[in-house]
Amino acid sequence: MAGALLEVTGLSKRFGGFVALDGIDLTVAEGERVGLIGPNGSGKSTLVNCICGTLINETGTVRFNGETVDRLLTHERTHRGMARSFQLPRPFTTLTVADNLRVPLLYTVNARPGSALSPTELDARCAELLQLVGLVDKATHLPRDLTQVEMRKLELARAMAAEPKLLIADESMAGLSHSEVDDIVGLLIRLNERGITIILIEHIMRAVMRFSQRLIVLVSGKKIADGVPDAVIRDSEVERAYIGQ
Amino acid sequence: MGLSFDLLINALIAGILLGGFYTAVTLGVSISFGILDIVNIAHPAFIILGSYIAYIINTRLGIDPIVISVVMLPVFYLLGAGVYQVYYESFERRGQEALRGLSFFFGLLFVTEVMLILVFGVDYRYVEAAYIGPSWRIGVMDFPLRMLVPCIAALALFAALELYLSYTFIGRAIAAVAQDQLALRLMGASPMRIKRVAFGISIATASVAGALLIIIQPVEPSVGREYIGRVFAICVLGGLGSLPGTVIGAMLLGILESFTATFYGPSWAPAVAFGVLLLTLAFRPAGLLGR
Amino acid sequence: MRTRVFLLILIAVAAVVFFGARLVSNDYVFFAGYTVLQFVVLATAWNILGGYTGYVNFGSAAFFALGAYATVFLHKFYPLPIPLLIAVGGIVSGIVGLGMGYLTLRLRGAFFAIATLALAVVLQTLVVNWDYVGGSRGAYIIRPNEIALIGPYIQYLFLLMLALSVIALTIARGIERSQLGYGFATIRDDELAAEACGVPTLRLKLIATTLSGALMGMAGAPFPYYIGYLQPSSAFGLEYAVNSIAMPMIGGTTSWVGPLIGAILLGSLQQIATVTISSAVNLLIVGLLLVAFVIIAPNGIVGLVQGWGRGRAK
Repeated sequence: MAGALLEVTGLSKRFGGFVALDGIDLTVAEGERVGLIGPNGSGKSTLVNCICGTLINETGTVRFNGETVDRLLTHERTHRGMARSFQLPRPFTTLTVADNLRVPLLYTVNARPGSALSPTELDARCAELLQLVGLVDKATHLPRDLTQVEMRKLELARAMAAEPKLLIADESMAGLSHSEVDDIVGLLIRLNERGITIILIEHIMRAVMRFSQRLIVLVSGKKIADGVPDAVIRDSEVERAYIGQ
Repeated sequence: MGLSFDLLINALIAGILLGGFYTAVTLGVSISFGILDIVNIAHPAFIILGSYIAYIINTRLGIDPIVISVVMLPVFYLLGAGVYQVYYESFERRGQEALRGLSFFFGLLFVTEVMLILVFGVDYRYVEAAYIGPSWRIGVMDFPLRMLVPCIAALALFAALELYLSYTFIGRAIAAVAQDQLALRLMGASPMRIKRVAFGISIATASVAGALLIIIQPVEPSVGREYIGRVFAICVLGGLGSLPGTVIGAMLLGILESFTATFYGPSWAPAVAFGVLLLTLAFRPAGLLGR
Repeated sequence: MRTRVFLLILIAVAAVVFFGARLVSNDYVFFAGYTVLQFVVLATAWNILGGYTGYVNFGSAAFFALGAYATVFLHKFYPLPIPLLIAVGGIVSGIVGLGMGYLTLRLRGAFFAIATLALAVVLQTLVVNWDYVGGSRGAYIIRPNEIALIGPYIQYLFLLMLALSVIALTIARGIERSQLGYGFATIRDDELAAEACGVPTLRLKLIATTLSGALMGMAGAPFPYYIGYLQPSSAFGLEYAVNSIAMPMIGGTTSWVGPLIGAILLGSLQQIATVTISSAVNLLIVGLLLVAFVIIAPNGIVGLVQGWGRGRAK
């Protein structure tokens, strides 16, 4: 399909006898803003893990930017432009906040052919990212000194540091205040305007509705809806399975 | 031709009996590593401890070693619970199991061995029991009782554990704790307490395994190290977390070692287990891939 | 401080140590010092894979012994100069480290650790059964009494080990401050997140394993000359495994200083203890210290000092 940045076909993943994902088909076009919602345990994070290569799916393929990436390791997919934040933040605990951001800059951005960064440029981008998420004050702190909210911001900033084509943000806004949520949504929309395709996984419906051009609903490992947010919300099956709970 | 058939069949029998014994040795690690995901490489140290306790009491009071080990079960259980408590407080809670937890167990293994050397010296110790010595003969097949009795005892231990894990509440909670800590909490059970019970049971099996060990062979402090490889090789071969898998893995390894010793000589035996482990890890980790 | 400057300072310190030792009229200083320096190299090498990257190696003895037995093997053909033997020991152990890493590093760290134990046992069994290098009977290496320019042969060996220590420490410090060091740290802290950030974790782990193994092999290469009579039980001795772990863990795993402190402290302690008490008690103390430190002071002496410094600053 033309313009498709991410194509997932027939993806299934089991853990022993438990089917976490059952034949997922999903396409994301370049430049889209897609929201992914579903109840806890519906398989959203598992899907992200399979797309990024952290888990290996049993069946199905993942195509990114026209290339089949199934055989590629996670870091190779990151080099090609996929980045994700983790649902439960996984900072590098012995590195400072700033150094946490340096890692993707060094190992992804710097590693891409033709985009080598000088130390000054590296520092500048690092500072810019800290500014974007509001962590400038904590630059030299260790992650253990951060609040939950700040850790999520670091998590998001670290994913952004990899300068991806596709950014998958996994529940980056849990615990944020009203205005903070709006800030992050605004930030993500601006990133999108710069050309980054974004998949937003969230429970905060306000944010999801404001952000998404398209909404996908996952329940018990199956995709039950995929379309314009307003229409999806009103879909009776979605109501029953998810929102009605 | 007749001669080598004898050799073959008896090597096979010896292997199976050995495999039965290896089951007892490995059951504890199946629980601590297979189910709880704790890399207790000090498990052989607890087994050797069991051997020496059996030795002391058997020499002083003449009681049968297997009986001794059963009596000592609660002591070893408490020891295991205590060790887990320390492990949990110091490492699991802080997320430091990888480096520090491993070093902790290695330290335990080492300290136990050296303390045994200091107390007992490096002489081989052995126990006395009615069944050490005689063999049953059926045709050309030879069943040394000192191997047969431990094999039966080991399989009995396995059966008891398997029943416990499948049919009691705590047993099933232990099997569940590996998979779903949240569900356990919702049921009002504390995952930490369940794990402590499980680890206690794991070390308790070492009491029995130790007694069986010293029945089969004379023991000295460094013998434990030979078993590290065997224990993990069996766990990996059989599939982590599966007790029946442990029996199969143990039998396979027992037979392999027996054949190697019979046809190539006993000095190659230590390498067999580790070689098996390395090869299994390299080519068929069977669902153990990090991803 | 740039690495080049650090290296020059270390060389200066080493020179002071060497010439200072020569002032003492007793050659025992060199024999004891050699052992301590050997541990400096081993502890530093272990720490590159263990402390920096988070992968525990229980088989230090295997890599050490490989270097020693490579020397024995080559010695039968032609007695090569020791620096060359050191290079060979490093290459052999490095390759084995690479191979073993390739087999096991794609799995969890725990399996790597167990595999290193396995390696030590397998190698020891191979050596015990290999008569060419002496098998279980052992192998004699006749060491010359003197060497030109320096004097007693032991001083030459001491000097070589001093040089190796300088190299090991410089490499360790160099890594700490480099991009490679960042990469290692991310693997230690959170391998999954590291991959997600674009760190090629397998490649870096292989580098760590190879480098660590190579350094240990280099430390082992001169050993037959030091000890004169090499037996598998001494080359594969448990004290190498325990000490290479205990010294960095007690000294502190996060910097190059930790293994150095650990090696000097524990190494000297053991030299004194072996003379005054038995070597078994000696090892017991090391084991107990390891367990104690791992529980109470997980960041080692370096961590304690840093914490104390922070406390006083308040």
